[in-house]
Amino acid sequence: MSSTTTRPSGPETTETVLRHASLPRYFPAALLACSAAAVAGVLLAFSSFGVVVWALLTAVAYVVITVTAAARVEGGRKATDRFVTSLVYGCFLLALAPLVSMLWTVLRSGFARFDGYFLSVSMNGVLPSMDAGGAYHAIVGTLAITGMATLISVPIGVMTAVYLVEYARGRIKRVITFFVDVMTGIPSIVAGLFVVALWIVLFGPGRTNGAAGAISLAVLMIPVVVRSSEEMLRLVPRDLREASYALGVPKWRTITKVVLPTSAAGLTTGIMLAIARVIGETAPLILTAGSSAVSINWNLFDGQMMSLPVFIYSQVRMGGAVNYERAWAAALTLILTVMLLFFLARMIGRAFAPKSTR
Amino acid sequence: MTTTDAPQAAPPPTASRRIGDAVFAGLARGSGLLILVILAGVAAFLVIQAWPSLSANTANFLTSTEWEANVREAPAFGVAALAFGTLLAAAVALLLATPVAVGIALFIVYYAPRRLASVLGYLVDLLAAIPSVVYGLWGIGFLAPRLVPVFGGLTEHLGWIPLFSGPASTSGRTILTASIVLAVMILPIITAMSRDVFKQVPQGHREAALAMGATRWEMIRLAVLPFGRSGVVGGAMLGLGRALGETMAVAMILSPSLVISFDLLQSGNQTIAAHIALQYPEATGYGVSALIAAGLVLFAITLAVNMGARYIVARGSKEA
Amino acid sequence: MAKRIDVSGLHVYYGDFLAVEDVSMTIEPRSVTAFIGSSGCGKSTFLRTLNRMHEVTPGAYARGKVLLDDLDVYGPDVDPVLVRSEVGMVFQRANPFPTMSIYDNVIAGARLNNKRMSRSRADDLVEESLRGANLWEEVKDRLHKPGSGLSGGQQQRLCIARATAVRPSVLLMDEPCSALDPISTLAIEDLIHQLKEDYTIVIVTHNMQQAARVSDRTAFFNLAGPGKPGRLIEMGETNQMFTRPEKKETENYITGRFG
Repeated sequence: MSSTTTRPSGPETTETVLRHASLPRYFPAALLACSAAAVAGVLLAFSSFGVVVWALLTAVAYVVITVTAAARVEGGRKATDRFVTSLVYGCFLLALAPLVSMLWTVLRSGFARFDGYFLSVSMNGVLPSMDAGGAYHAIVGTLAITGMATLISVPIGVMTAVYLVEYARGRIKRVITFFVDVMTGIPSIVAGLFVVALWIVLFGPGRTNGAAGAISLAVLMIPVVVRSSEEMLRLVPRDLREASYALGVPKWRTITKVVLPTSAAGLTTGIMLAIARVIGETAPLILTAGSSAVSINWNLFDGQMMSLPVFIYSQVRMGGAVNYERAWAAALTLILTVMLLFFLARMIGRAFAPKSTR
Repeated sequence: MTTTDAPQAAPPPTASRRIGDAVFAGLARGSGLLILVILAGVAAFLVIQAWPSLSANTANFLTSTEWEANVREAPAFGVAALAFGTLLAAAVALLLATPVAVGIALFIVYYAPRRLASVLGYLVDLLAAIPSVVYGLWGIGFLAPRLVPVFGGLTEHLGWIPLFSGPASTSGRTILTASIVLAVMILPIITAMSRDVFKQVPQGHREAALAMGATRWEMIRLAVLPFGRSGVVGGAMLGLGRALGETMAVAMILSPSLVISFDLLQSGNQTIAAHIALQYPEATGYGVSALIAAGLVLFAITLAVNMGARYIVARGSKEA
Repeated sequence: MAKRIDVSGLHVYYGDFLAVEDVSMTIEPRSVTAFIGSSGCGKSTFLRTLNRMHEVTPGAYARGKVLLDDLDVYGPDVDPVLVRSEVGMVFQRANPFPTMSIYDNVIAGARLNNKRMSRSRADDLVEESLRGANLWEEVKDRLHKPGSGLSGGQQQRLCIARATAVRPSVLLMDEPCSALDPISTLAIEDLIHQLKEDYTIVIVTHNMQQAARVSDRTAFFNLAGPGKPGRLIEMGETNQMFTRPEKKETENYITGRFG
């Protein structure tokens, strides 16, 4: 391709070249703008403008022109480099597309029904096609089930992390770590089936209630809590523990008074993220807490319990326009809740982050 | 690393102290062991509850495609079609997601402006925070209708490829739509793993490549990709595990039928997880037990894939 | 092939931080020039500006002139990629590509410029480069085994072979022996003696005996003060630098640790 960079193997000397003709620095930006405008023009001329088609054609035009120009002006290696660069940028933009599209659709479609009424009434007595009803019972269920799952998972998860970091060693440590990893990979529907199977053995067939849902979520949540807590506990400097031992403080007091408080912010962040992870779980709840509850139920141990994700799912299954509106509004509620948890997690992490490291 | 072997200066033992330590250590150990018990319980209860239907099954569970389980006597059901659908959907998702995820990881580690890199990485992580039911809603409410003309075009022009043979679904509720949504869902998993290994490529290897006159891409090809391969493969397998077990997106998007078909653009196929979610509310007779048997198969497949992934990742980090 | 390097008024920065201040020097072709000085005085940083490896660190850049014969390495439109194939580099820690065989390691750089190199020509180039690095006899029977199986000293010579296979005119060496045992160090020093027939060699070293043994000329770098940038204090014939340095600073440094 370019003769300037080839270097024959042999004693004969070639003229050294440090520069070669290159595309100007503003070339990519200018070309991108031009191809975007040109493609938009052509599409509008044929009156078939669509954002996706426009973006795709612009990208294709940009890549083709860049690579051709670079191959002619700068040589093959540079052209390959530019091609890969465009590809890598393209991959990133491609990943943003569904994110933006999803958030935008949820926002736009969700606000149609997202209001005080929707958040404060249940579906009790509302026929599926009636223009009424809300998600209050689902919000109640989500809070109750997720709350109970958290109450189960956090002690087990954190204590397991304490065991792995402070006590366990050798074979048993490897075994537990390995199975925590395995547990992370359990499909959520299998966690639901597990509780179904357990409930049949304990209470007989056909019993659904919130507690069953909470236990299935806890199965999914425990490994996440163990993992994040373990990381946080490992960050506690060894000196702190030793200082405490040197004062004659017993090990369990050292852990509860020094190690856990020191890592409290990190532990909280990890737990919030774990909650965010399971609050959107649907499949296990369909199996364990039921998918047809319409009224408000605060009792985890009696009767079906609706939750936001299952609410979305069951509304979609009904398939009417009003049902889709409810589903979108519930999706918006759910996403806002998850975002709020993420935001809180970051705030807690930032506010209590050890200042000494910086 | 070894903060574990801490207690050297054992404080003078007193009775209350010893009890406190013993109780606390016992609680900690108990929690650790409880995890093993839970996992064993998951496997055990699934087997116990799957057994009645499996022993009464009149069809071959592994090779049959029918699902006549909601009866009181002589059920006939098999997971062949479901397992096939599960593997097909996950495999297509993996094929779509992996190259893009590697591209994103390279972008974040080696291409994006330093200051933006972590923010941009956070954006990709956000994809992991969206509940799967919302993915399903987006897939059926937004993506599927928009893919109908694309599918039409594909069958028209590429219909000679067996995967794309027509007639294309008119609702867009096909295995390809489901796979695309699954691909987006596993994107952050594969990206995160790839990003981690790409970051760990020793500076020495990268500089060695640059110092002999490599362009950025050549540096990546010589130093980054060979080093990061095991991490990418491990990440892809974790993503595969997720895609295999994902329920809601598929259950909401796919219009199911129990067939074995490679036609990505026609309605048909079904995955184990989605089948369980859809069938469970209506299950009677041997139905629940049969679904639990199907869940057991899914559990076994994902377990194997995840353990394989961990093994590959662990081996890769040992080599480095 | 060997080329002269003329540096004038070079300032080296990491972001806002001035790391090396106003260096001017001439490095003669077909000779060995050693950079000495205490840790953190900027000699490695300065070395990396000679083939524009410095700017690989985010935020790092250099201002000034570096002439390779009469071409300015920092001139407008100069492609750092071409500079680096002209000015090769060997690092402190041997860094052969771990997944590649010895053969592929040697040929990696040359393949970038010439993808369709014939098999026989590639074989020749590998043999020539490995012989040039005094490694051929030791590895000729296991060319297709991974390079990471070699000893530290062999790995470092493999890296030298890899650098010379690109046929640069200058070789920069950043403390190439600091991780090696004395026997491997000796092998590398012998190699440096041979290589200066064909290349301009610049070596950064902490070991002043090594500087005295291998180099023709020596440059001494020091910090202007704590937290201040590094500077070139003095440069001259190695013999003269180690026996009658002109500057008091140089003498202090050399007598403090030498002999």
